Amino acid sequence: MATYAQPIATRRRASGIPTGRLAMWWLLGSEIVIFGGLLMCYLLFRHSYDHWHVAASHTNTVFGAVNTFVLLTSSLLVVLAHQAAESKQGGKAFIYLWLTIGGGLTFLMIKSVEWTMEISKGYTLPSNLFWSFYYTAAGIHASHVIAGMVAMAIVSFDVLKGRNLQRVELVGLYWHFVDIVWIFLFPLLYIAK
Amino acid sequence: MEWMIQSASTFAGDIDTLILVIAAFTGFWLLVAEGVFFYFCWRFRKGAHPKAMYITGEKKEEMKWIHIPHNAVLICDVIIIALAIKVWFGVKQDLPQADETIGVTARQWAWVFAHPGPDKKLGTEDDVESLDELHLKVNTTYHFKLRSDDVMHSFSIPTFRLKQDAVPGREITGWFKPSKAGTFDIQCTEICGIGHGLMPAKLVVESEADHATWLQTQKSG
Amino acid sequence: MAQHVEAASGHAADHDHHHQSFWSKYVFSLDHKVIGLQYFFTGVALGVLGALMSYVFRMQQSFPGQSVPGFGYVTPDVYNSLITNHGTIMIFWFAMPVLVAAFGNFLIPLMIGCDDMVFPRLNRLSFQIFFLSALILISTFFVPGGGFGGAWTAYPPLSAKAAYNMTPWGSTLWVVAVALEFVAFLIGGINFITTLMNSRSPGMKMYDIPIVVWFIVIASILFMASVGPLVAGAIMLLFDQQLGTAFFDPTRGGDPVLWQHLFWFFGHPEVYVVLLPAMGIVAEVMVVFSRKKLFAYKTVLFTAIATGVLSFFVWAHHQFISGIDPRMANVFTVTTVLISIPIAEMCFVYIATLFGGSITFSTAMLFALAFMAEFLIGGVTGIFLGASGSDIYFHDTYFVLAHFHYTFVPIAIIAVFAGVYYWFPKYTGRVMNETLGKIHFWGTVIPFNLIFIPLFFLGASGDHRRIYSYLLFPDSAKPYLQDIRIFATYALIVALLVQVVFFINLFWSIFKGKKVDNNPWLANTLEWSAPSPPPHGNFAVLPNCYRGPYEYSTPNRAKDYWPQNEPV
Ligand code: HEA
Ligand code: HEA
Ligand code: CUA
Ligand SMILES: [Cu+2]
Repeated sequence: MATYAQPIATRRRASGIPTGRLAMWWLLGSEIVIFGGLLMCYLLFRHSYDHWHVAASHTNTVFGAVNTFVLLTSSLLVVLAHQAAESKQGGKAFIYLWLTIGGGLTFLMIKSVEWTMEISKGYTLPSNLFWSFYYTAAGIHASHVIAGMVAMAIVSFDVLKGRNLQRVELVGLYWHFVDIVWIFLFPLLYIAK
Repeated sequence: MEWMIQSASTFAGDIDTLILVIAAFTGFWLLVAEGVFFYFCWRFRKGAHPKAMYITGEKKEEMKWIHIPHNAVLICDVIIIALAIKVWFGVKQDLPQADETIGVTARQWAWVFAHPGPDKKLGTEDDVESLDELHLKVNTTYHFKLRSDDVMHSFSIPTFRLKQDAVPGREITGWFKPSKAGTFDIQCTEICGIGHGLMPAKLVVESEADHATWLQTQKSG
Repeated sequence: MAQHVEAASGHAADHDHHHQSFWSKYVFSLDHKVIGLQYFFTGVALGVLGALMSYVFRMQQSFPGQSVPGFGYVTPDVYNSLITNHGTIMIFWFAMPVLVAAFGNFLIPLMIGCDDMVFPRLNRLSFQIFFLSALILISTFFVPGGGFGGAWTAYPPLSAKAAYNMTPWGSTLWVVAVALEFVAFLIGGINFITTLMNSRSPGMKMYDIPIVVWFIVIASILFMASVGPLVAGAIMLLFDQQLGTAFFDPTRGGDPVLWQHLFWFFGHPEVYVVLLPAMGIVAEVMVVFSRKKLFAYKTVLFTAIATGVLSFFVWAHHQFISGIDPRMANVFTVTTVLISIPIAEMCFVYIATLFGGSITFSTAMLFALAFMAEFLIGGVTGIFLGASGSDIYFHDTYFVLAHFHYTFVPIAIIAVFAGVYYWFPKYTGRVMNETLGKIHFWGTVIPFNLIFIPLFFLGASGDHRRIYSYLLFPDSAKPYLQDIRIFATYALIVALLVQVVFFINLFWSIFKGKKVDNNPWLANTLEWSAPSPPPHGNFAVLPNCYRGPYEYSTPNRAKDYWPQNEPV
């Protein structure tokens, strides 16, 4: 593949929007429909079973809130990374990206502590429908967090060398999306009791 | 429809009429569309029409050839919808007062029918249960309570034009009124596993007297 | 957009036939044309498998209990898994990859005058995931318990519990395979959409884009917008199967009907996802062989969009009698019957395109015309089902079955053949043999009608679906009904045998077909200005676009066509 040349296709811009950003928006669109479907199911169930608040009252709001804070902070960090990349400061962007990844890691660590606690209390995936949704939705979300972290790690090394700086914006977009999904999950799973 | 499959319930005729009306409307349009289509294919074949015309189809007088049929189809649609809803309402939404109620339970892979005994009430001592065989009195309005023990099944009596899915965890009520005595098929029309094809049941529609005798034999037997 | 700059620094220059190994050229290629071919041949191979399955189960149904020649005895569980996988394969591993992915990959860059997709690597990844999913699906036949037999709709609780479906491996792998296939098409779809939006040839405006490209991209968008909830549903079903959750298990608070909503919310738009590319192919072929401008280009485009939008509001017409609130059926009857309006309009426009044309009946054109003639039948029979009142009777009978084969076969087989005969010269620089082509045409279309017209009749007489032997049902076991079933099966065997002619023609023509120049049909769209077969990089100089794609028989011109890339 050494001889592989970027096709001209990749450089055209008939819509006026850079191809990468365009594709990222479509990707996010398709992700939104997936999460939308899942949350729709959750809401339908929640609506038809009023005993769910009993199960929901056992979620740990403090952990959820801390995690919301962690994710929001990391979103801020990725904005800073984007700004650094815009001004062509690869090294700075690199550091911010890794700080963002650190945010993601914190999020996952808190999450795993929280899950360990829930499981030790006996609330597992098959316990009942509420907990099934709790783990499924948060689990799919967590897998997106991991995917975002991996993407940022890959991008960061290019960025350090000053290449493909525009990709910082793309992972940033993705990270904001992950963040927004959480903003929906948090009230649905933790606050509504 | 009668020539393909006999109709043995009071609403079968309504459904058949609806089918015929739809067949008339769509059949008309199908014939028109296909007729015009084949005529064009023949009329404008290269041998007969070597030089093609230039028509953009964007002008008003050209578009009317699309818009007029389009609006006409819309009118047909409205009629079809109105009739369909009317029939649907009669069969599925508006349940007439029942003379008797039966219980129908589907399971992998059998039908269990609960007939009310002589007291004509379901859920009492004298109920008669039977497996894969349902006995009904002609000209009696029935409600059925449909349940499933395991997976989705569907309770279908083609000669009644009746069909209703059985959903585990729910009890679904429907109605019918047999209008003709005879022996008919009951099918399961929702795939329910290996034995889905092995879920036939027999429906016997009989006179009041025969029905009483049958109940009696079930009791003693 | 400085075109000369592009050409100088171009892609083609980097690809002056340096040595490529077989692997990097055909297996791990990044070239959109090769990926298109991979999709095509994988899809067709699975399509043939699906068609052979239909032979086996139709034989069983016609001669219950007898050994099927070439297969053996068909037990009820084998029957169920054959029809399930026939349906699944035909839709997800034949119609989708061939119509959307193969034609999309081949046509989009060529028709918009560009050298490749915007994300060649994603493109390859999409095919690899797709291929993996196909392998997983096929593997289900060899795992303990055998292939999944709960119908392609996979309604729980049957699909959710091994105790019910008795295919512990088959059902899980089936869900995994379908989910992976969705991922492959999501990736592919993003690629198609961005490529069309960004990499059009300079000068190609909205209404200069060929209809088939539009339709494939609209189909990709429809797919993307409808599949999400089902992806979530597939995960939920997988958890139900393997991790003991109860999303769809009514005994523990779940709701089995929820799956049906998720499935059909996707399932109905999905039928237009395959319809639109087929309609697009037919449009391209029809204009070229009738030398006519497409009648009312914009109307065609808007009807497609209207169909797409409406298709999100009709899903419950598959569930009229499934225990949903009966009042809901009324709403869905209205939307369903109204969807006939944009589609009727589209059909009328196609017919109007023929008016005043000068029609040559080449094989490609015959298939395109046959698509129109047959699809109308499939379409109008949908109205019988969309009307809730009559669907009470028709639901899950062979009438439904005949309805959707009258749509699917024209779409996935007849229109695809039209496309194959039409674009074959671009792929190979040769044309397919017309005599064999015509034998193949009549030998496919006539038996096709002879298979499915009898099935309409059987359905109206009360035959229900997914039954491996009707002899257990006294009303359905009448000898004349059984004779009709056998007749349909014989017609199927003829149809299958005739396909041999096609494959002979295909492979013979690849090597020995008559050589032709770059634009044998005298067509306008940009792909015909590329060399045949197009090299990696497609065009020697990437073309500019000066006009719409359908300028045929324009007045005051010597030639009756006017290529999009020809300067005024
Ligand atoms: C690509 C495939 C395809 C296409 C295009 C369609 C198109 C349509 N389908 Fe079909 N359908 C399927 C594939 C398709 N379908 C499949 C696979 C199933 C079964 C799934 C399963 O259960 O396994 C199914 C099942 C199905 C059902 C459920 C039946 C049941 O299970 O009970 C219904 C019900 O409404 C329906 C309706 C329609 C309608 C109204 C259209 C419309 O889009 C058709 C519109 C077109 C026309 C109407 C023709 C042109 C118009 C005219 C010539 C004008 C005259 C018309 C009037 C006056 C109305 N279809
Ligand atoms: C694209 C979709 C598609 C196609 C093409 C077909 C093709 C055929 N189908 Fe299928 N079918 C389905 C989709 C399709 N089907 C679905 C979704 C179901 C429902 C499954 C379920 O209930 O769960 C079903 C179910 C189904 C049943 C019902 C089984 C039952 O309920 O018991 C039957 C019965 O006769 C049947 C018959 C046939 C026949 C005879 C063909 C014939 O094969 C048609 C004749 C065509 C040919 C002989 C050509 C074959 C050639 C190729 C495929 C290669 C082509 C190459 C190129 C195009 C380049 N099909
Ligand atoms: Cu019970 Cu099918
Ligand atoms: Cu549908």
